[in-house]
Amino acid sequence: MAKRLLIVLALFLLAMMFWEVAANYTERTALTPIATHYVAQGPDEVGAPNLVTAVVVTYRGLDTLGEVTVLFLSAVAVGLLLTMGGLDQKAEPPTPASEIVETAVQYLFPIVLLFGAYIFVNGHLSPGGGFQGGAVIASATLLLFLALPRSKLRHALLIITESLSGFGYVLVGVLGLVLAGGFLDNRVLPLGDYGRLFSAGAIPVIYTFIGLKVGAELSAVLERFKGEAS
Amino acid sequence: MIELPLSTITLGTGFGLLLIGLWGMLVRKNIIRMVIGFSLIDTGIHMIMVSLGYIRGGTAPIIDAAVDRATALTAVVDPVPSALVLTAIVIGLGITAVMLAYAVQIHTHKKTLSIDDCTDSKW
Repeated sequence: MAKRLLIVLALFLLAMMFWEVAANYTERTALTPIATHYVAQGPDEVGAPNLVTAVVVTYRGLDTLGEVTVLFLSAVAVGLLLTMGGLDQKAEPPTPASEIVETAVQYLFPIVLLFGAYIFVNGHLSPGGGFQGGAVIASATLLLFLALPRSKLRHALLIITESLSGFGYVLVGVLGLVLAGGFLDNRVLPLGDYGRLFSAGAIPVIYTFIGLKVGAELSAVLERFKGEAS
Repeated sequence: MIELPLSTITLGTGFGLLLIGLWGMLVRKNIIRMVIGFSLIDTGIHMIMVSLGYIRGGTAPIIDAAVDRATALTAVVDPVPSALVLTAIVIGLGITAVMLAYAVQIHTHKKTLSIDDCTDSKW
């Protein structure tokens, strides 16, 4: 009971702090200096209409590399945790999905994959990007597992895709160091016509790598969680 | 009736979600519910960050036919918090996946999901 009271007290004090912040908050009417630079110079410097992509992939590209690394580590950790210590694989066999679902998935699966690819290839033009596209690809895998629980992924293909994309990402970054202004500079490729698919230098290339990598990683994580359904 | 600005509403909702999630993590005994609490905190923080980046009347920071370059400085929201939240969502996803993997392992070995039964490293 005393513990419960302490929790309530702690949350109450925290809420008081938050209340101070929220009560004194006034909506901003101007951009911060750094954001002003990104908005004013971003289209010329990076050539990407989507400024969030410009910030994620180029201006703060190193953060994104770290983010990809964290996602990779968590995928590895999930794989390690779920395979070690003799996971109880003798779960009851999954209920098969109905024939309608199974047939629909066979048609939907490639379309969802295509949509994921569309999202990450167009990340510099419209809302979207590598992580979102990768998540859509993983959702296609999830759909597949829901409809056909016995389906297996080809691990060799996943590992090759993931490793090559990660390698390609770092390689593009190092090329930026050699050919352009610095690590992960997107001007290793010509900036091209503003607003076209093949523009904004290396951003579409990097986002394709990220999309493939995230899609492969999340699909592998989903398969680990599925277990060896027999 | 005071008219609240949009970002104040999302800011308040974010703080509310954060508190609800923290409550869930502190009070609940079921590990899955604690993971859900963490996800709520995560989402609350994302909402707070996006709210703080909002500029009054701003639109998405995508400079194309709809938002031309001349007026972009006053027409778009701050792209930096949006980019940070994108990063934070991915990291949150990774952490949630690892926590759920731990939950699966705990359930496999102890046949329970209650945190009270995990006393191995308690001293």
